Amino acid sequence: MNFFQIFVEAISWIAILGGCAFMLVGAIGALRFPDFWTRIHAVSVADSAGMLLLTLGMCIQGGFTLVTVKLIIIGVFLFITGPTATHAVANAAMVSGFLPKGADEFRKPKIAHDAKTRKLKAKKKSPLKGGL
Amino acid sequence: MRHHLILRVITKLLVGPIIIFALYVQFHGEYSPGGGFQAGVIFAVAFILFGIVFGLEKVKEVFPAWLVHKFTAIGVLLYSGTGVVSMMLGANYLNYSALNPENPQAGQVAGIIAIELGVGITVAAVMIAIYYAFAGRPPVIDDEDW
Repeated sequence: MNFFQIFVEAISWIAILGGCAFMLVGAIGALRFPDFWTRIHAVSVADSAGMLLLTLGMCIQGGFTLVTVKLIIIGVFLFITGPTATHAVANAAMVSGFLPKGADEFRKPKIAHDAKTRKLKAKKKSPLKGGL
Repeated sequence: MRHHLILRVITKLLVGPIIIFALYVQFHGEYSPGGGFQAGVIFAVAFILFGIVFGLEKVKEVFPAWLVHKFTAIGVLLYSGTGVVSMMLGANYLNYSALNPENPQAGQVAGIIAIELGVGITVAAVMIAIYYAFAGRPPVIDDEDW
């Protein structure tokens, strides 16, 4: 095993272990953060970074083969769909009147005003209030 | 759904590749993991995704409900028809070797592709029919009743 192969292996394993670290941090964030918005932020951002690093590391391990092409396709697919799914979830929570923790008293008058104009009735008791 | 710009653009981008991937899983089933059932589900997912984002009416224009019900039967007919053909050729039910007596392996490949196609068509049609049945029912609970 010459120097170049050791160098490639090192880069690959740095990417894979970095991706694992990002995934682990995202999972801890999903469990430990206080409310919905911070949790979805932790999961989406850390998962995108971890997925990219893991795919990159596995591509380097695979070399110039069909496996690498499939991994690149998987990476592109997840890179498009992950943030889109996060956007859909966050958008649904926003539309249903679910505010970040601590913003309830701050924004109550404005939401109540918008409710008349937009016909978007802010409920007194949102089913999601209090955290998931 | 008019305000979901990102979801509409991404859905338009993804429906085609999802269908291509379903066909890949369908016709690559005897070499790699996959097969008719998985391919049918992936094929149905493309239509269900389109229906969720663009609405039930739009997806029913693409794939009308009466056609879905026909395809549900056509798949089963293709599956059992392959078995009946092998019976007509003098072998047991679903014995694909009879399809090509000079080269039994080629006959087996052809038979597997035929019945996997039948399974895929039926599964895709049934999944889409279930989605139509669930999405098309009248809303019994209003949003205010929660």
